[in-house]
Amino acid sequence: MSETPKDLRYTKTHEWVKTMPDGSVAVGITDHAQQLLGDLVFIELPKVGAEYAAGKECAVVESVKAASDIYAPVSGKIVEVNTRLGDAPETVNKGAYGDGWLFRMQPRNPDDLKSLLDAAAYAALVEAEGH
Amino acid sequence: MLIFELSRSGRRNPSQSPSVMPVVEDIPQHLLRRKRPILPEVSEMQAVRHYTRLSQKNFSIDTHFYPLGSCTMKYNPRACNAFSMLPQFLARHPLASPATGQGFLACLFELQEILKDVTGMKAVSLTPMAGAQGEFAGVAMIRAYHESRGDVSRTEILVPDAAHGTNPATAVMCGYTVREIPTDANGGIDIERLRAAVGPQTAGLMLTNPSTLGVFERDIQEVQLIVHKAGGLLYYDGANLNAILGKVKPGNMGFDVIHMNLHKTFSTPHGGGGPGAGPVGVNERLLPFLPVPVVAQARDGRYVVETEEEHPQSIGRLSAYMGNAGILLRAYVYARLLGRTGMRRVAEFATLNANYMMARLKQQGFTAAFPARRATHEFIITLKPMKDATGVIAMDVAKRLLDKGFHAPTTYFPMLVPECFLIEPTETESKEELDSFIAAMVAIAHEAQINPELVKNAPHTTVVRRLDDVRAARELDLRWRAPD
Repeated sequence: MSETPKDLRYTKTHEWVKTMPDGSVAVGITDHAQQLLGDLVFIELPKVGAEYAAGKECAVVESVKAASDIYAPVSGKIVEVNTRLGDAPETVNKGAYGDGWLFRMQPRNPDDLKSLLDAAAYAALVEAEGH
Repeated sequence: MLIFELSRSGRRNPSQSPSVMPVVEDIPQHLLRRKRPILPEVSEMQAVRHYTRLSQKNFSIDTHFYPLGSCTMKYNPRACNAFSMLPQFLARHPLASPATGQGFLACLFELQEILKDVTGMKAVSLTPMAGAQGEFAGVAMIRAYHESRGDVSRTEILVPDAAHGTNPATAVMCGYTVREIPTDANGGIDIERLRAAVGPQTAGLMLTNPSTLGVFERDIQEVQLIVHKAGGLLYYDGANLNAILGKVKPGNMGFDVIHMNLHKTFSTPHGGGGPGAGPVGVNERLLPFLPVPVVAQARDGRYVVETEEEHPQSIGRLSAYMGNAGILLRAYVYARLLGRTGMRRVAEFATLNANYMMARLKQQGFTAAFPARRATHEFIITLKPMKDATGVIAMDVAKRLLDKGFHAPTTYFPMLVPECFLIEPTETESKEELDSFIAAMVAIAHEAQINPELVKNAPHTTVVRRLDDVRAARELDLRWRAPD
């Protein structure tokens, strides 16, 4: 079974979002998503400074099975990307919620975070998708 | 072992060399190479053994049942090969005058006519060299059409999420943004979401029918009306044409443009990247934009090659000369062997075989992804229940099938269905072959229960055991380097 930490927020498109002490948010893919994709072989991250509207593709994760778009969970600016993933995409498979984070964003409007799913709602979504 | 590793300096094999080497004197000095290329030096017998052994390691349609969904791996009749390899075809120079190539041009003209007839379109161009290029040509024509009318505000192409993965890529290559339309619970396009998505920004919709979910779209008429009413055009991805060949025509469904994969539906050899052929068919509206060259028949019956001169609004050329001529000839022979009635039988038996397999597998306890829907020429089962009960995943079952003498179906595609197999038997398999595949699936399901490790470690009997596809993707190594 996949993990769904209680202190994170989630999107319907299987990203997790964690609010950092400085108000920025870290974004990654959920444990469920990495299990579905299987071993990752390539990750394309956004550029620092780029701005995205919520729901826009901003990164790509590629596994031996498929390439999947990663969507910006909220509108905002990219402030940091996890450069370690370039040489070691498997980091996401090993710890989707820890070292496997993809990028940090500065949300344009922190209230947007409230519209994201909580752990229970995301777990229910995964259940409903029948995976 | 690579053939380069068999090489010994000075070993020669002159019997296959041309008896007269052409004298080439007009190549400028600076273009001539200074060093001899590093080529393997082996005897004729070494070369024969090397490549024969390699071919024996291969799983192919000539040796094994190959139910790779979405790929239409049907038998390639030998007659198609034999006729297209006639010396008069092989030795023809592509720049030879049409006067000396009337036979060749007649074949291409008739192939255009046959494809028009079977798709219900007004005209066909054979020049795209692959399915993806056919798609590109199709969407480029949609773009040219809107631009010719000064209608430049159309920036969006709609693509259902059950379409072929190449569709969104094609739209982007043609400068459009892609809007995805979701699938409803029964695997069909979600009509309400489509209705909400169309507008003055809609350039067109790309539809794969039957879809990659192995079901026929049931609301084609509705889809067609919605998109056309919004001013968009309809693109038909013909990759799955095998299911409807000769039975229903995309032109009659109201589609404006279609591409066909001759290397699937018309049985030309494929796999390993080609060569393919992806002709495009258009209705009246898109006629002026058709890629050139096309073959036409003059009043006196002669065949002529038409280019930009006759088609000034053409989107242009997609290949040198006439596309993959040898492949087009094979498709032509195939079509002539079948005739109109034969083509209908292709679709009938392709769908019958798929429905038979789906029904039998369901009886044996396998789970169809869309149990309420009839299969098309292919269908999806999900091995999720097996995974939950035994820990054996779809990939393990795929590998174990190799031990039992079957190429695996397509795995983990489409991604909408977990632990899935997309199974496409094609019309060319016998009932006995289908039954033995089903028996192998039942045997593997049993093994998964009593000895899951056996399945998880498969294949056991192949020349190469389970490949490390993750390492292959992460550390791509395709180049041989000569030792210093």
